[in-house]
Amino acid sequence: MPVRLPIASYLAALCIATACVGGPALAAADEPDPSRVLLWHSYRGGEREALEQVVRRLHAANSDVTVDLLAVPNEAFRQRLTAAIPRGNGPDLFIAPHESVGEWSRNHLLEAMPYPADLPEAAFLASSRDALTFDGQLWAVPLSFKSLALFINRGLVKQTPGTVEELVALGRAAGEVPLAYEAGNFYHHAAVMHAFGVRLFGEDGSIQIDTAEMADSLAFAGRLVGDGSVPPESDGALVSNLFNSGTAPFVINGPWFLGEIRDEIDFAVEPLPTVAATGQPLQPFLTVEALYLAAQRRASTEAVHAVVRAIAGLEGSLLRARVGRQTVPLIAAGADPVIADDPVLSAFVAQGAQAVATPNRPEMGAIWEPMNRALRRALRGSDARKAVVEAQQEVSFYLRPPPEEAAPGPYLALLGLLLLGATGWSLRSLKRNEVVSRLPSAIPAYLYLLPAALGMTLVVFLPFLAGAAVSLFAHVGGEFTFVGLRNFGRILSSSEYGVTHPLSFWFTLVVTVAWTLANVVLHVSIGLGLALLLRDPWMKLKGVYRVLLIVPWAVPNYITALIWKGMFNRQFGAVNAFLDLFGVEPISWFSNFFTSFAANVATNTWLGFPFMMVVTLGALQAIPRDLIEAAEVDGANAWQRFRHVTLPLLKPALLPAVILGSVWTFNMFNIIYLVSAGEPDGSTEILISEAYKWAFTRQAQYGYASAYALLIFGILWLWGLLTQRVTGAEA
Amino acid sequence: MTVKHVDRRTTWAGQWWRHAILILVTCAALYPVLWVVKMALTPGDSFDLSANPLPSQVSFENFTDLVGSTDMQGRKLFWYWVRNSVIVSLATTVVGIVLSCSAAYAFSRFTFPGKKAGMGALLVTQMFPGVVMAIPLYILMDAAGLLNSLTGLTLCYATTAIPFCVWMLKGYFDTIPKELEEAAIMDGASRWMIFTRIVLPLSRPAIAVTALFSFMTAWNEFILAATFMADETSYTLPVALQRYVGDYSTQWGAFAAGAILVSVPVMALFFALQKNLVEGLTAGGVKG
Repeated sequence: MPVRLPIASYLAALCIATACVGGPALAAADEPDPSRVLLWHSYRGGEREALEQVVRRLHAANSDVTVDLLAVPNEAFRQRLTAAIPRGNGPDLFIAPHESVGEWSRNHLLEAMPYPADLPEAAFLASSRDALTFDGQLWAVPLSFKSLALFINRGLVKQTPGTVEELVALGRAAGEVPLAYEAGNFYHHAAVMHAFGVRLFGEDGSIQIDTAEMADSLAFAGRLVGDGSVPPESDGALVSNLFNSGTAPFVINGPWFLGEIRDEIDFAVEPLPTVAATGQPLQPFLTVEALYLAAQRRASTEAVHAVVRAIAGLEGSLLRARVGRQTVPLIAAGADPVIADDPVLSAFVAQGAQAVATPNRPEMGAIWEPMNRALRRALRGSDARKAVVEAQQEVSFYLRPPPEEAAPGPYLALLGLLLLGATGWSLRSLKRNEVVSRLPSAIPAYLYLLPAALGMTLVVFLPFLAGAAVSLFAHVGGEFTFVGLRNFGRILSSSEYGVTHPLSFWFTLVVTVAWTLANVVLHVSIGLGLALLLRDPWMKLKGVYRVLLIVPWAVPNYITALIWKGMFNRQFGAVNAFLDLFGVEPISWFSNFFTSFAANVATNTWLGFPFMMVVTLGALQAIPRDLIEAAEVDGANAWQRFRHVTLPLLKPALLPAVILGSVWTFNMFNIIYLVSAGEPDGSTEILISEAYKWAFTRQAQYGYASAYALLIFGILWLWGLLTQRVTGAEA
Repeated sequence: MTVKHVDRRTTWAGQWWRHAILILVTCAALYPVLWVVKMALTPGDSFDLSANPLPSQVSFENFTDLVGSTDMQGRKLFWYWVRNSVIVSLATTVVGIVLSCSAAYAFSRFTFPGKKAGMGALLVTQMFPGVVMAIPLYILMDAAGLLNSLTGLTLCYATTAIPFCVWMLKGYFDTIPKELEEAAIMDGASRWMIFTRIVLPLSRPAIAVTALFSFMTAWNEFILAATFMADETSYTLPVALQRYVGDYSTQWGAFAAGAILVSVPVMALFFALQKNLVEGLTAGGVKG
C-alpha cells in the first residue's frame, strides 16, 4: 500500500513532535477568575525586584487577590499590546510610559482607571497626572517619573556648574571630553530645545517645529559638538564608557544610568544647568511611567484596586523608591526620609519639577524621526534653519490625511472579473494540458506534498493574503477605511516628494537595488575566492580556516550588527583606528551617503560570505579534478582554467544560491535598522525598512505599509521570473 | 635528473601567500566576535573603548546574571528557557525535515500538474515581507488555539524553514541516479520504500544541512516567541536575551553574554556538521 504508508508515518511523526511539544503547552485561560490580575511590564534589574517585592507583600496581606507578572521585552511590548488586547488575550494591567496614552486610548486599548477612594487622584503630583490626561480624561495611575539630569564625577570636578558654558569650561579643564550626552538623539536634545522656549504643540494642537527658536536650539547643539565640547556620535554605551573611564567628567543621562556607573566612582546627581544665552535652565522631557487598565480586562475592579493600592500606595511607592531607585509621584512619599535624605533621588525629584512632559498626543509619534534627522543634520554643521523647515514638512507628510474613501463597488466588480478570468484561464490550461486525465497518476505526488502545503497555506499564504488585503485600506486611529488602490497611487506617484528625495519610493528602490547588487557581488566574489584558496587537498590547515571562517554565520546577527555599528564610530571605532595606522583622517561614516552605505554593505558582507563560501566549496568538490588537470596539461594558465573550466561548472550550483541570496538581501531589515538606521537623512533606508517605519513609527499607517510591502513583493516576483527565464534557458 | 620532483604548491613555502590572505580574512571575520566575548567577560558595562578586542579584566558576572534569573516563585527561569528552546528547535527540526524531505522528493521524482508553479511558490514565500504578516498570523494562531503553545511556535518556525530546505533537498535528490530506483522497482519495492530506504540514506549530508537550518531558524527567533507566549517559564532563550535591550539603555555585558550562550550550541552544530555542510549545500543545481 504505497499510498497509506506515508500518511501514517507523517501522522506518527507529527504526533511525536506534537507530544514532546504539547507537554508544556499551557491550558488557555478557560474561565476568567476575577480575583486574578495579570500584569505586563518590561522592568529589569532593581525595578523588577521592587515590583516583585510589592506583589509578594500584597499576596501576604491579601489572600483574595493573585497577581501574575509577565515581563515582556521592550522590543515586543507595543506590538504585543496592539495584537493581544483587541482579541481578549491582553493583560488586566500593564506598566508603560505615558507618551502613548493618546494613541492607545484612541485605538480602544484602554479603560480609564477608576482610582480607589482611599488613593484619589489628588494624591499624585499634578504634573504626572497631566501627562496621563488625554481628551480630558485621566487614564492611568502614575508610578514613577524619569528625566535626564546631570551626573558629575566628583573625583574630577568639585563645583556644580550653573550654566552650560561654565560646565564646558570646567569639563575642559578636568577631562578629555568636557560633556557627554547622546547629542544626536532628539529625546536628549529636548532639554536644550525647551531652554530655548520651544513648545512642540501650540494651544490649538498645531505642531511648531519650523520656528526660529527651534533652529537656535539646534545651532546651539551644533556648536557644542563643533567646538569639541560634546562627542558627535554617541550612544548609551559610549556615554557610560566615557564617564566610567574618567574621560568625561560630566554626563547628561537618566536614572537608568545609575546601574551602569562603576562602583569605585564618586559621583553626584544635580539638576541640569542653565543656558546663558536664554537664561533658561535645560528642561528635559519628563516620562511618566504608569499603571494602565487594559480594555477587555477580566479582573474585577476590587482586585484591580487592591493592586493599585499595593503598587502606587505609600508603602509600595517607598519600596519602589528604595529598591527600584524610582522617583515616585505620590505626594505623601516625597517627604519620607527614604526620598528626602537620598541625594540622588531628591536630585531627580528636583529635576522632575523642572522638566516638560513628553507630549502625549498621537501626533507626537510622527515627530521623532524628522526631528532626529534635523538634529543630526545640524550636528553635522548644516544650516539649522533649513533643517527645521524640512523637519516640519516631513512631519506634515507623515500626518497627511489618508486617501479619500473609495466605493468598494467597482473594486468588487473588478475582483469578480479577475476571478472569472483566472478560473476560465486555468480551466482552459487544465484542458489543454489534459490535467484531469493526468491527475490520478499524480495523486502520490500530491500526498507527498500535502503536509508541507497545508502548513505553508496556514502559516504563510493565508496571513500574507490577509496582510495584502490591508493595502486597500487606510488605518487611522484604529479605524480602517477602504481606499482602493490609492495607497499604491500615492507611493508610486511620490507626489509629495520628488523622485530624487530620500523619502520617495523610487529613491529608496534605487538604493535597495544597489544594496542588493553590492552585497551579492561581494558575497559571491569573497566566498568564491576563499573557496578556491581552500579547495586544494594539499592546502595546509584548511580545516582550521574553514571552521573559523564560518563563525560570522553562527553568531546571531542582532548582536554582531551592533558591534559593527560601534566599530564605525567616528571617534572611538576600530575602523577609524585601523585607518589611522595608514594616516587616513578619521571618517564620520554615517554622515555621508556613500560611507554610510559602505558601512552597511561591509557589515552584511561579513555576515553573508560564509554561506557563499560553503556553497562554493561544495560545488567545487563536485568538479572532477581530472578536467582541471587536463586543462593544465593543455597549457591553460590559472586564469584560463578558472574562466573556462571551473566557472562554467560552478554556475548551476551558484545560481540558485545567488537568487536566494539576492531575495534575502533585498529584505535584509536588521542590518539597515541596526547599523546606519537610515543615516544620513534617511537616504540609506531600503524598501523593507521604510515599510517597517510606516507600520510602526509613523502613526501605524498599516495600509500604506502593506502597499509598500506588496510592491516589494511584486518587484521580487518580477526578479524571480526573470532569473527563472535565464536559468531555464540554460538548463 | 634523479631528484624527485616536489610540487612546490604543497609546501609551506609554496603556499605562503595563500596563508597570508587567509589569516588576514580570518582575523577580520573573528574580530567582531572577539568584541562580543570581550563585552561579555568584562563586568558591568565598563569595557574599555580601544581597538583591542581582548578583555582587560575577566569575570563571569554577566553570565551568572542570565543563568541565575529567577521568577517570583523562585523558579530557575534559565533552565525553563533552555528547555523550551531545545524542545522548540528540535521539534522544528523534526517537523521541518519530515515536511521538506517528502515535498522535495515529490518535486524531484514525480511529474504532476502544478509542479513548476509549486517550486515557484516556494521561492515566492521568501519574498513575503514579514511586516504584513505579523498581525494576521497572530489572529490566525489565536483562532487555531495555538497561542501560548510551543506547538504553535514550532508550526510557525518549521514552515518558515521549509522553502529553503525544499529547494536544497530537491537539488540534492536530483543528483541521486534514477537507475538505483528503477532497479529497486524491478525488485518490487514500493515508492515509499525507495524513498525511505534508498533516497533518504543517500541524502544524509543534505538532510544535515536542512536540520541545521531549521534548528537555527527556531533557535534564534524572538519576536514571535515574545508575542505568543503568556508565561515567563514558556519563553525561549532569545526572548530572555532581548530583555537586556531597554527603552533607554542596553545592558551590553549581559546581552553579549547571553548572545554567546545562545550561539555556543549553534557553533557546536556547525562544527559537528561542517563536512556535511559542504557536501549538502553542493545540492543547488549540480545535476549529476
